[in-house]
Amino acid sequence: MHSDSLISTITRHTVLALSALIVIFPFLWIVAAGFKTQIDLLLGKFLFVPTWRNFESVLFNSGSDFLRNFANSVIVASTSMVLVLVVATLAAYSLYRLRWPSWVLHSLLAWSLVFHMVPPITLAGAWFTMFRSIGMDNTLSGIILAHTTLNLPMALWMMGVFIRDVPTELVDAASMDGARTPQVLRHVVLPIVRPGLAATGILSFIFSWNEFPVVLTLAQRQTATVPIGIGKYAQDNTVAFTEMAAASTLSMLPAFLLLLIAQRFIVRGLTSGAVK
Amino acid sequence: MKNDTFWRYTTLMPAVLLFVALTVVPMVNLFVLSFHHVEWIERIAIWKSVGWSNYTAAFEDNLFRAGAFNTVVFAVVAVTVQMVLGFILALLTIGVTRGRTFYRTVFLLPILVPGIIIGAIWKLMYSYDFGVINKTAIFLGMSPQDWLGNPNLALASVIVVDIWHWTPFCFLLLLAALESLPQDIYEAARIDGSSPWQALRFITLPLMLPAIIVTFVFRMILALKVFDEVYLLTGGGPGTSTEVVSFTIYRRFFTEDRPGYGAAISIITFAAVAILIFVAGRISRRRKAS
Repeated sequence: MHSDSLISTITRHTVLALSALIVIFPFLWIVAAGFKTQIDLLLGKFLFVPTWRNFESVLFNSGSDFLRNFANSVIVASTSMVLVLVVATLAAYSLYRLRWPSWVLHSLLAWSLVFHMVPPITLAGAWFTMFRSIGMDNTLSGIILAHTTLNLPMALWMMGVFIRDVPTELVDAASMDGARTPQVLRHVVLPIVRPGLAATGILSFIFSWNEFPVVLTLAQRQTATVPIGIGKYAQDNTVAFTEMAAASTLSMLPAFLLLLIAQRFIVRGLTSGAVK
Repeated sequence: MKNDTFWRYTTLMPAVLLFVALTVVPMVNLFVLSFHHVEWIERIAIWKSVGWSNYTAAFEDNLFRAGAFNTVVFAVVAVTVQMVLGFILALLTIGVTRGRTFYRTVFLLPILVPGIIIGAIWKLMYSYDFGVINKTAIFLGMSPQDWLGNPNLALASVIVVDIWHWTPFCFLLLLAALESLPQDIYEAARIDGSSPWQALRFITLPLMLPAIIVTFVFRMILALKVFDEVYLLTGGGPGTSTEVVSFTIYRRFFTEDRPGYGAAISIITFAAVAILIFVAGRISRRRKAS
């Protein structure tokens, strides 16, 4: 399979470099657009004098909601991440290590699969009416609960994969020594599944950060998150293209930072479902 | 032993509660709602039973029909192209180790960035007046196109965005699977005189089949849920040319404030997805058996 002739090596590198260029180009273009004046963008100038104006008006203009959206996104994504990690880890441990009858395991997994496949917008309507009837509409808690539920199927499978990797002998030995479930979880299981927690947590955070349709239906101006803010720009008739570009650039920062500092966890998370 | 049972229930309870409260109960609500017509009188909802009429209306709803049709076209075309491209790329670039971290960062980027931003980026790039695509077309002596405003081009333009968005994901997953294949089989095949083409057809493809199926199914699930990019790029238009199911539900339920009817098309969509899972499961089980 690996023929190492010079030509094939050159072909490989060229193909890879070209595809990377195609993938990265739109990102570079939007970042550049964020630094352009409206006129430079409309003229399609390739060389331009960069300006901070767009970023300033996105961040500090009194009419701009961006900072509030950003703060809401941080609160929603991190809280729902913590919640989903706790719930999914406990449930995965329970399902795979505490001898539930197999119909419990299978019906829970089957239901989470079905729920995962259905477009979230189908339930968003029901959530909206439900939250409204208990006075939780237009609150961050409602959005956090919704995101926790949306990410639960994924977190359950991923933590399931990692928890099944914990050697049963270790757990048995600990129970033999008189450790009870909380102690086993804390001192035996958690240290081993730490990379799994990191992978699951990062992906949950990112998916919550990116989630659009559910927030669109549940949130209003005070509770809107970053994607809603970006969507607003597109709806206005007088589209401020350069500001939309600047806001988009800022909203990509968390994903980009996580990619730089935690890439191996992200790769592990994305492949753990597929390869195993 | 008693202690055991206590912890068994306690650890599973949060997940079950969450599922029941936020998926099962809403589903039941939605089902009941779909047989009603809701009117708001001074912030109080008045439910009127209307029998099956929401369902019969759904099958005559042109928007819903267009949405269902476009969603299927979108998902099948986009995912097929992504899989083929991703597989070819994986075959071509396996074994390259130089710059691995850099390439991975680049290819992971579109997967992790909000879909709505992917839409924003491409909306600007597709722009008739100043988008980089038309600028390039003019530079090459071709005539500029209204990529998102032309009903004949709009769906194709949206599909192109999705292909750009998700091919890297298929590529990375298939590459990981390809790299985990045992290498000694290829050695043996080479000694037996098989051509690279034969090795691909009779060794690589069969061994890769599980990974291919998993990636394909994963992508199909996401593609059938498409919403964000369409919302930003075209809003379903022009006309109904890029209308997708999620969008129809959103419009009927919220924009037009017809919860009963929106619930009915949600239930139909849910049923269609459940049937799809059931059939896919049946087929894969039969394959395994034979």
